[in-house]
Amino acid sequence: MPSGPKSAPTPTTEARGDRAAPRKASRRFDPHRFGPVVGLVLLLVVGTALNPDFATWDNMMNVLTRTAFIGIISIGMCFVIISGGIDLSVGSMAALIAGGMILLMNALAGSVGSPVAVVALGMLFALLLGGGFGLAHGYLITRGRIEPFIVTLGTLGIFRAVLTWLADGGAITLDNDLSDAYGPVYYGSLLGIPVPVWVFLAVSVAGAVLLNRTAFGRYVQAIGSNEQVARFAAVDVDRVKLLTYGLLGVCVGIATVLYVPRLGSASPTTGLLWELEAIAAVIVGGTSFKGGEGRIAGTVIGAVLLSVISNILNLTSIISVYLNAAVQGCVIIAVAFLQRRRP
Amino acid sequence: MSLHVAFDGITKEFGPVRVLHGVGFDLNPGRVHGLLGENGAGKSTLMKILAGYHAPTSGTLSIDGEPVTFRNSRDAEKRGIVLIHQELSLADDLTVTQNMFLGHEIRRGWLLDDRAMRERAVQALRQVGFEGDPDGKVRDLIVAEKQLVEIAKAQLRNARLLIMDEPTASLTPSECDRLFGLIDRLRRDGVTIVYISHKLDEVERITDEVIVMRDGRFVARAPTAETPRQRMAELMVGRELTDMFPDKQSPAIGKPLMAVRGLTVPGWAEDVSFDLHPGEILGFAGLVGAGRTELFEGILGLRPRSGGTVEIEGRPVVLRNPREAMRNGLTYLSEDRKGKGLHVGMGLRENLTLMTLRHHAHPLLSPASEERALEQAVASFGIRGNPQGTASSLSGGNQQKLAIAKFLEPDPRVFVLDEPTRGVDVGAKRDIYFLIARLAAEGRGVIVISSELIELIGLCHRVIVMRGRRVSATVPADRLSEEELIAHAIGTEVSTHTHH
Repeated sequence: MPSGPKSAPTPTTEARGDRAAPRKASRRFDPHRFGPVVGLVLLLVVGTALNPDFATWDNMMNVLTRTAFIGIISIGMCFVIISGGIDLSVGSMAALIAGGMILLMNALAGSVGSPVAVVALGMLFALLLGGGFGLAHGYLITRGRIEPFIVTLGTLGIFRAVLTWLADGGAITLDNDLSDAYGPVYYGSLLGIPVPVWVFLAVSVAGAVLLNRTAFGRYVQAIGSNEQVARFAAVDVDRVKLLTYGLLGVCVGIATVLYVPRLGSASPTTGLLWELEAIAAVIVGGTSFKGGEGRIAGTVIGAVLLSVISNILNLTSIISVYLNAAVQGCVIIAVAFLQRRRP
Repeated sequence: MSLHVAFDGITKEFGPVRVLHGVGFDLNPGRVHGLLGENGAGKSTLMKILAGYHAPTSGTLSIDGEPVTFRNSRDAEKRGIVLIHQELSLADDLTVTQNMFLGHEIRRGWLLDDRAMRERAVQALRQVGFEGDPDGKVRDLIVAEKQLVEIAKAQLRNARLLIMDEPTASLTPSECDRLFGLIDRLRRDGVTIVYISHKLDEVERITDEVIVMRDGRFVARAPTAETPRQRMAELMVGRELTDMFPDKQSPAIGKPLMAVRGLTVPGWAEDVSFDLHPGEILGFAGLVGAGRTELFEGILGLRPRSGGTVEIEGRPVVLRNPREAMRNGLTYLSEDRKGKGLHVGMGLRENLTLMTLRHHAHPLLSPASEERALEQAVASFGIRGNPQGTASSLSGGNQQKLAIAKFLEPDPRVFVLDEPTRGVDVGAKRDIYFLIARLAAEGRGVIVISSELIELIGLCHRVIVMRGRRVSATVPADRLSEEELIAHAIGTEVSTHTHH
């Protein structure tokens, strides 16, 4: 490796100063950080120009509410990807958690008097189930030494098949009076902002603090940046990885808790392709797929950006709604192109 | 067959950093040239220019009197110039033959002509004395065999000038002998050879003349026979080599700080025992593959152990991972700085505090507290560079100082440094030696694993020599000499090869 001249200290310092200056400047215009923001702003301008209903409070809240599910999952996914892992199963996991919690709540409805208590128990169960699934992934990946792609590809099939079997190929539907008690969790709002948006916001803030201001978050970045270095630096690599998958599982649980009251049922198509949307949100948000660095704020923007696209297609008739996934796909590729690193 | 190379006023800049300052000298046909210089002297960069991997920023490269411009390594290969990389560049999953023709496959129409390629490969392999299977995968070869394959591959391209960068770094003495025999034969066939090595005994043995570079400049050239090793070293370093090391202070006598008994790391170290006293600098010498690094990875719990005990400050400890080692007052800085020591893509602060984050989290991390730790480390260890940049923006020496600071953050009683001055320039080397002496003076036990014998001799109170997984000798300070250490490291039966 070539390094700076060494004989004279003065030129070395100068060279270093010269090198540091452009580095700093390039960081200021880092496309990783600002690409998604610029994209979102552009989309908002386009949406406003195309349809006057777009830039209304109600429509914005509608978009954010729909973003909440994928958004919350992608916060957890962000940790997993930064640590150098991946989880393909989150959509199927959400479906199974939804089915499981509905079955539990229906069963409890007879014995526990208050519907509110039943719903609370159901929600707790969903979070525990999600956390348990995530820890199981983490355990297989760290102790079992299986690639995360393979483990979660396996559970992707398992979770959805078990749900389909539980639902006997149809749908598992929540009892009516429970639906009434549960409804506000999705349909209610506080200070004019829907509950799912509040939860999304809370999870985002918690995620950002956890990633940037705690030892755990630093370890996650260190492991994704170079696992071996982290191991030699006395970081408990297995435990940290295990926890990232557990954390993602809990996020899936939270998303499911918000999602179930929307339709009041779970079917084999519940949460279909959520894993891809969540991964896309993380990547569009400027997190490196190779791990090591990533941003919660970017992930939130990525998730919002993807649902703004489908919202615009819904509101306007320029491009068929059927092409929604195609447009999102183009955006993902375009963003990845803008963020690519120079070799 | 031979060719004559002339460098004239070659400069090379990477961004604002100039690594070559107008280098000019000739390479004469059919001779073996030893190219010497410290890390960062510009040898590798110059050779990459010759082999077409880099273009010079200015200056002329002439082959047989004619100025040439190579756009890539293929252009250089067409002129018969081949660089054999330090880290061998073979594809592990392809066979020997496939590797030898990679990018130069012989075809018949649309299809590969496997038979023709195999025939020619076998012929070239026989010439270099390769006895393995030409259809075997490169993955299954030992390093020495890979090297022969590389040379055979160069022969296939009709190499007239061969550049070898540290070719013996991981060879055993008998493998080295075979390589030197081959170099002799190539020279007789009229091939010009550039031999880059830090091992001056090898340079002395096989080169016709030495060319010395320092700080991106040509310094001197001389016939090897007229240049003693001490002189070569002084030309490389550019000053007398007397003030490199601090004075040795005698360590405390009494209870050992760390006691290892009968430790076995299967496949790497057998029945190793040693004591380390407070204030002592204990060296570990041995050839590559003697098991030194692996012994300590075993002590740290990173490799399975099948026997033995470790005591630290009189307490028996069972260390299962580096975390438990750290809690018991032992940290280990790996020889592989980029792979195991530092997160080069992360900031200085993040690197420094990684092992002690709990001290800075209550429970949220305090950047101010981390920043104070960094300021302290920068001052105390003399780390020069942009404190807000990434670790990769530091020079090798400053990276190493940062790494040392990082592994000292937990305040270990026992500190193990593996190849502490690898890839570090002379000035920083001296800083690191004085730093190690300071750590010992503070009452810590310091273990230095090194392949640089001069460093072990100058620094250590005692040196343990390992050979073939076992401790072959413990040499006290008053008997430390290169000859003594080499004799124990390679066994006396082959020691005649390295002595003159």
